[in-house]
Amino acid sequence: MTDKSIARPAGYKTPWEKLRPYIYILPAMFFLALFTVYPVIDMVIRSFEKWNLVATPTWVGLDNYKYIFNRKEFIDAIWHTVTYAIFVVGLGLSLATLFAVWLSKSTFMNNLTRTVMFMPHVIALLSVAMVWAWIMNKNNGLLNLVLNFFGLPSLKWADSSDTAMMSIIIVALWKAIGYNTMLIYAAIQNVPAELYEAADLDNANSVKKFFKITLPMISPQMFMLLITATTGSFRVFDTVRVMTHGGPGTSTQVLVYYIYKQAFILNGKVGYAFAAAVVLMAMIGVLTLAYFRVLSKRVHYQ
Amino acid sequence: MKKVITPWSILSFLLKILLIVVFLFPFYWMITTGFKTYQEAIAYPPTLWPKEMQWGNFVKVWQSGPYLTYLLNSFLVSIGTLMIQFLVMVPASYAFAKFEFKGRGFFFAIVMVAFMVPQQVTFISIFTMMSRANLLKTLWPQIIPHAANAFGIFLLRQNFMQIPDELLESARLDNAGEFQILTKVMLPMGKPTLVSILMLSFISTWNDYFWPFIMASNQNVYPLTLGIDALRDVEGAFDWEIIMAGNVILVVPIIIVYALFHKRIVRAFAYSGIK
Repeated sequence: MTDKSIARPAGYKTPWEKLRPYIYILPAMFFLALFTVYPVIDMVIRSFEKWNLVATPTWVGLDNYKYIFNRKEFIDAIWHTVTYAIFVVGLGLSLATLFAVWLSKSTFMNNLTRTVMFMPHVIALLSVAMVWAWIMNKNNGLLNLVLNFFGLPSLKWADSSDTAMMSIIIVALWKAIGYNTMLIYAAIQNVPAELYEAADLDNANSVKKFFKITLPMISPQMFMLLITATTGSFRVFDTVRVMTHGGPGTSTQVLVYYIYKQAFILNGKVGYAFAAAVVLMAMIGVLTLAYFRVLSKRVHYQ
Repeated sequence: MKKVITPWSILSFLLKILLIVVFLFPFYWMITTGFKTYQEAIAYPPTLWPKEMQWGNFVKVWQSGPYLTYLLNSFLVSIGTLMIQFLVMVPASYAFAKFEFKGRGFFFAIVMVAFMVPQQVTFISIFTMMSRANLLKTLWPQIIPHAANAFGIFLLRQNFMQIPDELLESARLDNAGEFQILTKVMLPMGKPTLVSILMLSFISTWNDYFWPFIMASNQNVYPLTLGIDALRDVEGAFDWEIIMAGNVILVVPIIIVYALFHKRIVRAFAYSGIK
């Protein structure tokens, strides 16, 4: 340790002091290089190779990309992922906004409702998917009994290609909506009360107050939530794996499931898996960049 | 202000009850199914409460595989991840928040990029890496790929930046070493954020399915989630009461923790989600 009692010219740093911050960030950088930077580079290079996880890989140029983009299965997987994201994000955020505004006063009943709604978020998605697979069971499931009670016919839910995607979306919404509600609620709490008081003087009704004050004021958080919810939806796997295995047929095969299948179930298709993973990363990357662009613009204007 | 009962307030109250039922009932259904016999689980009309508590279901779950190992693995992976994340995160956040050094922007950009790259696209490369290193029969592939928690580093740095420099300077004038500054000044000030980050990290590791699903090659390294997943594969027809009993083991500890600490947990999630 250097002796602090000896006066030194301002700004002078001993070699140790210069080195110190690098040593502090070294462990983090080591693990990030090994488990993020390297895998991404490896993935991009291997997406141009033909490989079966065992033999020596051979360079095939763009063949993997040509292959996957010429197959309906891959295009369908993109389409399923996007459909899933549109419903989970669109319905998830608009319903959550509705709930957050409706439950925005801090009363016992409202707090209880928000807390209970949030609970699925801390539960393993595996368990959530399994309970719902049971509730949506086509023979003895509770949901069909409820439908029958109201005089409606039973559905086959995850067992029919017509309703399987809808079933997965319902489960995702059930898990996500309390979390979204809580985040939007927290954002609404930060809107200054004076704004509403001023609006009250103008006799503005609550719909007008929502669109003129609340929504603009919480838009940064909404935008952040929009991006994280969308990229999160692009990563869906657990519910698909548990409830449908991508089926019936390939009706619920999403991108991550497609990648997993090409890499680990079908032998010798690792190149396709890598190419598909690059496409998925590009989709997530474009969205995230768009987010940062809008965010930086917003900061400039302030 | 006096409470006025209007038709809307009654409707609003009933809708809230309905919402609570929609979000609570699946958990209730999971737990009660877990205590029923197979006959009762699939009986029509369904029973709201098991006629006789079938504790034997849990014994069946426990005997269907090495559950003690699964439970131990879940704890080892969750606690191990949490500890290594702590050790990696604290010095890195401290350096990014309080030191000027060449390349700081570049290195921090790597953290932000890592925050954006999901493990769902990098898993094949990490899997082959672990396979070459002959680690697939150990718990390491479930722990070290998460050693650097990019989001945690980001949050903790934000928190450390708010600690005034004067506090650090006065500690240095008192001849405090860097280690003491870290343990006596930075950590106590950053504690709430740190606890939140580590709590979220524990919950997400405990609940994780995808990562062990890829990385765990045999039963000896399965965490609880994979053990419960395996309950479906035992026979062709699903024994729902057994599957639900298995899920109760996974879920009930988290429900109890949530019931006790929901304020803190919600704040942790809501805070980290907004920043």
